[in-house]
Amino acid sequence: MNAPVKIETTLKDWETDQEVRWCPGCGDYAILKAVQRTLPQLGADPKNTVFISGIGCSSRFPYYVESYGFHTIHGRAPAFATGAKLANPDLDIWLVTGDGDGLSIGGNHLMHVLRRNVNMQIMLFNNEIYGLTKGQASPTSREGTKSPSTPIGSYDHPARPAAFALGAGARFVGRGFDVSKHLPDVLKAAHAHKGAAFIEIFQNCIVYNKDVFHDFAAPKGAEDQQLWLENGKPMLFAKDTKGITLNREKLCLEVVDVVDGDWESAGVIVHDVTNRSIAHMLVEMPFGPFPMALGVLYDDPRPTFEDAVIAERAKASEGKDANLAKLLGKGQTWTVSGTAQDPV
Amino acid sequence: MATAATAPENGLPATPESVVVRFAGDSGDGMQLTGGQFTLSTALAGNDLATFPDFPAEIRAPQGTLFGVSAFQINFGSREINTAGDAPDVLVAMNPAALKVNLAALKPGGLIIADTGAFTKRNLDKAKYDANPLEDDSLAQFDVLAFDISEKTIEAVKPFGLGNKDALRSKNMWTLGLALWMFDRPREPIHDWLKAKFKSKPDIADANIAALDAGHAYGETAELAGPLKQLHVDPVPSAPGLYRTVTGAEAVSLGLVAGAQLAELPMFFGGYPITPASAILHHLARLKEFGVTTFQAEDEIAAVCAAIGASYAGQLGVTSSSGPGIALKTEAIGLGIMTELPLVIVNSQRGGPSTGLPTKTEQSDLYQAVYGRNGDAPMPVIAASSPSDAFEVAIEACRIAVEYMTPVMLLTDGYIANAAEPWKVPDPSTFTPFPAKFLDKPNAVDDEGGETFLPYKRDEKGARPWVKPGTPGLMHRIGGIEKHELTGNIDYSPDNHQRMTDLRKGKVEGIAVPDQEVCLGETSGKLAVVGWGSTFGPIHRAVDNCRRAGLDVSHIHVRHIWPLPANLGELLRGFDHVLVPEMNTGQFKTVLRDQFLVDAEPLTKTSGQPFQIAELEAAIGKYFDGIEGNEGGQVAVNDDQLPSPQGGAE
Repeated sequence: MNAPVKIETTLKDWETDQEVRWCPGCGDYAILKAVQRTLPQLGADPKNTVFISGIGCSSRFPYYVESYGFHTIHGRAPAFATGAKLANPDLDIWLVTGDGDGLSIGGNHLMHVLRRNVNMQIMLFNNEIYGLTKGQASPTSREGTKSPSTPIGSYDHPARPAAFALGAGARFVGRGFDVSKHLPDVLKAAHAHKGAAFIEIFQNCIVYNKDVFHDFAAPKGAEDQQLWLENGKPMLFAKDTKGITLNREKLCLEVVDVVDGDWESAGVIVHDVTNRSIAHMLVEMPFGPFPMALGVLYDDPRPTFEDAVIAERAKASEGKDANLAKLLGKGQTWTVSGTAQDPV
Repeated sequence: MATAATAPENGLPATPESVVVRFAGDSGDGMQLTGGQFTLSTALAGNDLATFPDFPAEIRAPQGTLFGVSAFQINFGSREINTAGDAPDVLVAMNPAALKVNLAALKPGGLIIADTGAFTKRNLDKAKYDANPLEDDSLAQFDVLAFDISEKTIEAVKPFGLGNKDALRSKNMWTLGLALWMFDRPREPIHDWLKAKFKSKPDIADANIAALDAGHAYGETAELAGPLKQLHVDPVPSAPGLYRTVTGAEAVSLGLVAGAQLAELPMFFGGYPITPASAILHHLARLKEFGVTTFQAEDEIAAVCAAIGASYAGQLGVTSSSGPGIALKTEAIGLGIMTELPLVIVNSQRGGPSTGLPTKTEQSDLYQAVYGRNGDAPMPVIAASSPSDAFEVAIEACRIAVEYMTPVMLLTDGYIANAAEPWKVPDPSTFTPFPAKFLDKPNAVDDEGGETFLPYKRDEKGARPWVKPGTPGLMHRIGGIEKHELTGNIDYSPDNHQRMTDLRKGKVEGIAVPDQEVCLGETSGKLAVVGWGSTFGPIHRAVDNCRRAGLDVSHIHVRHIWPLPANLGELLRGFDHVLVPEMNTGQFKTVLRDQFLVDAEPLTKTSGQPFQIAELEAAIGKYFDGIEGNEGGQVAVNDDQLPSPQGGAE
């Protein structure tokens, strides 16, 4: 990607003339606003910005952003985005998917776009339910979720999007939630990361799965259950009265009390966004005994897929003449001239 | 079919017009390689030719077994060759299983060359022979030349210090050497090829060359009584120019590269390994200097989706697969139709349904190509009739995709993909370019007289504009939801869906397709044999033979399956009968009946093998039973020769 030219825009410039069709009160509105607020701060250029989505409530997103947009088919957005990025690496691609789209029907593509490390921002709106099809249990629904398809309660074990992403080889894993004022910061960090940046965004489906994240994502009063991670800063939460430490014997994380702000003597560890082992622990950290890890959990770039493809194409083309006539006449040929036939 | 040009004596004449040779052995015996090199020497000798590689789906089937037999058939001659030949004149059998599997095909009086060294008790057991057929009289109706090729190969490569196992790997080259002698061919091109192939292992190259030379010398010096004699097949007169051999997979790849150049677009190829389509991915992966990006996706779906994504971003998206993979791509193809983006989908058809017969040929994906999508989803479909024809057809697919902003399906099949034939190398400067046009400014005027952009405003061809993301001022959103006929915004209204359905249908039906020509015979008469795809060869030869016998029969071969040529209905109505031979249960026949209300009659075969000329002659003969012109029995009705309607004839 060429050094992008920063463009001055306002939130209004990123709004389309289309009527937004999410349910009133849906968490998607907040995410849309957060994105539209973030884009001007990034200096993003509408003509080079592309929102690509699959199918589901979240995937209506591109219609509402004044940029290029492609609303594709269920689960396959990562594959479309990969093709578009390889065709034009200068495009700034934002992928919009959900827990059903990205982890159920599209789990395979999500895995591969992450392991290949195609440079784009992947926003997975996790509401733990199928909204657009009227409320069936999704792969992230908690065990026991009652829904039209699971009237007695679901019994399959939920997938963890951030753990899935990291396991698939993601080099950036971030987390936020719809109404969080920090969400734009996570989006900005994801955008700054060169490579596939995965962001799990907890999103409140007020119709089919209302307030399932209330314990840590309520607009007010849940702050103590949020662990906002910052690189180089101690892992503190609950107004710095608690922190996360590493039990070096059991190799696991633990919550410790922090007295009078003395986190060092409490053994609270400092967040290093490039520490993959700790990142694995953070994405697996169960909510309840632990706070919800939010912010940038992991950020350690490595070469992107499109750069590798371009480099390979250049290497393969080196010293070669792209002459179609020569290509067609390649291999073992012979010439017919009158009656004589000679190999050439 | 060895047609006698001079008087026959004990099998083949000394100067036959055409000869069919089948090399058969174990999967590990290198028969495809042997056949490939024999093909090259045949091409260099100036003969016309057609080949038929026939190999098992297993990579290394257990040695010596019946299901592990791999064969390569070549028909070559001093006249135009249309098929790989009905029945071999010569069968090279490298082991008992190869003999058993291929014997039924051999022409009565044909020549068997067998390696006695491989006819061991163990191999005979594996081939389920109770007795050694070379030693009893079960092969009495054939000429048999049996000698210990294994031993002679070991002897020939002895100086190179190879173990017996490695030495025996050169058996195929010894056999090829004998075949080269038999048909009076130079060895040098094969020497050169071996040296290049084993560049880093000169010992192996030398051993193979020694084996080849020994096989050749054996033919030259051995006092061979009877069956083995040298034959000379004259060159076929052909138009002056540069020639090469080409397989369908190569021709498709080259055609796609040419098509992308003519469209002035980089090509993005999304593929996923599948038999028999993978060869296209392999060829294109080596052509990156032509602006080709190949992407081996995680699955068939991602392959097509990435190709559509690339088309969306302004390249020529291409994907390729075979039936099962095409089934997986279908939903995405529908999106390509809905968003009206260019896309070329190559379907190298194989036997189905489901996994079916991965390495065998069939034409049974025609319904899938024409009708196989949810919703009213019209898509142009074109079919290649031979390996070399696939080049032109691939260019045509690119042209339609770019000019009409639509996915296009190109049908080939396992036979075309793998078979080789001589190809007069075309001159690219004679091709007509069709440069893609990208819209980069507003294309309409709004109510207030200001400039505006309508993503679905159509041109005279019915195509919407192609706008690359990155174009200033033309930001817009597309997707699979029904959209307004001009703005492209989501629009579910009843009238709009009716109009959009009509527009999509009208666009594809309006594609300019050349009028159908009759490729052999008159434009009206008693019988038209109508084919499509790889049945071209056998139909053409059978119709030619029948016409020489005085029958009023014409051959019509259709390239544009959808939309069909506008004159085709009228043309077919000019014949009393329409016979449609297909390697399926009658799919094109149904399309013809539906589109033109003509009484198209099916001739079907689903054995995984191409039609034989004799089968078609028999079917044609049926229409002329007792009619003047059918005396003499050239094409007399013989029901035994007809493939069974249920298939499974072989």
